[in-house]
Amino acid sequence: MRINADTSVCIGAGMCALTVPKVFDQSEEDGTVVLLQKEPPAELDEAVRRAVNLCPSGAISIA
Amino acid sequence: MSDLTVPALPTVRERPLDPPDEVARLRQQGGVHRMTYADGHVGWLVTGYSAARAVLADSRFSNRPENMHPPIPGRFAAGKELRERGFQTPPGFFLRTDPPEHTRYRKLLTGQFTVRRMKLLEPRIEEITASALDALEAAGPPADLVQDFALPIPSLVICELLGVPYEDRARFQDDSKILVNLETGAEEAIAAIGRVFAYLHDLIGRKREHPADDLISGLIEGGELKDDELAGVSFLLLVAGHETTANMLALGTYTLLTNPGQLAVMRGDPGAVENAVEELLRYLTIVHLGPIRTAIEDVEIDGHLVRAGESVTLHLPAANRDPDRFPGGDTLDLTRPAGGHLSFGHGIHQCLGQQLARVEMRIAYPALLRRLPGLRLAVPPEEVPMRSDMSIYGVHRLPVTW
Repeated sequence: MRINADTSVCIGAGMCALTVPKVFDQSEEDGTVVLLQKEPPAELDEAVRRAVNLCPSGAISIA
Repeated sequence: MSDLTVPALPTVRERPLDPPDEVARLRQQGGVHRMTYADGHVGWLVTGYSAARAVLADSRFSNRPENMHPPIPGRFAAGKELRERGFQTPPGFFLRTDPPEHTRYRKLLTGQFTVRRMKLLEPRIEEITASALDALEAAGPPADLVQDFALPIPSLVICELLGVPYEDRARFQDDSKILVNLETGAEEAIAAIGRVFAYLHDLIGRKREHPADDLISGLIEGGELKDDELAGVSFLLLVAGHETTANMLALGTYTLLTNPGQLAVMRGDPGAVENAVEELLRYLTIVHLGPIRTAIEDVEIDGHLVRAGESVTLHLPAANRDPDRFPGGDTLDLTRPAGGHLSFGHGIHQCLGQQLARVEMRIAYPALLRRLPGLRLAVPPEEVPMRSDMSIYGVHRLPVTW
């Protein structure tokens, strides 16, 4: 699974960082998504899917 | 799907914790309905989860008040009257703006409300909670949980975060209450807004002279916002920080005290608290009469064509109990996976302070139950006055004993 994050769409709600802190963080400056791992290990797949679904602005996607 | 137009937004609850039966009945028929608004406009009522989420995430819907029709008389209609008389939404009140204006304000603030920043506040919130519990114990038993616990915690937290002196709270708490009261008329609203803004302008002036380590000083120092914008932003954060978590804490406690089985779940397992907070958010959905969006172009939602100019009321309490998304949603179950609820909204306006609210609730509920193991209502449940008359649902007072 490969994750894409679009900071121009991100509104900094923090749902991704709350849900999978190993994969997502938030910028100190404007709170937008920071990807800690672009291709996380498979055991995180389900949690990453949950984070994608919780994201209010559609800023993160998986391919 | 129903072909009939709903004559008016149903607002009367048969049971205090359930949305009106009529709304639940409509949801069984479909997620999207035509509805007549208080000004005669024929718009829409959304009761289904997927349709509500779709509207909130769709940039073809505006959140600007001048585009909006009022679903009910009273304050919503007063807002329309104010605009017709030339009163403008204060600059900086970015909740009611669209991109790119909204983006500019929100980006200045999101860095202050990240998950990490909010976690750093935990020790201070624990202290504040402990002091509130001391005050509650000193006041009773019996005591009013709203005045002595549910309101002081988020109030003090948001004041410290913004840099608003807590001793000044009399200068905005009553006005904040006036502004969320659904019965408030145009004149009263103008006066209340005027008083709060006069206070905030005065405060911003003082902070310009004597900056401190707080959010308002930081915004001043950033130099991006003019004073009237700073006042608008501060106003929004102050009101939102007061009226929301306070009502969740009090209504959530009422809910637990009247559901002994669920109270036992909350007490029994510290690991259950995170999800329990999400489930209380879902089940109670205190933003009970909106939000409202207006289409700025024709949009198809769930097979219905919403035309440009038509308003859509998203019934979040109904959507959060949609059985297609939350099976058995009318039952409080603190162990169900409750993530994905719409209680903080969805889309670009999703609550900026939600991670703060989560931290506050995750600390305050268990601390209350630990400190007062014998906590119970001091009056029969039906005598607790519910906030049906406010735009944020909850209890006006919660007499408790222990």
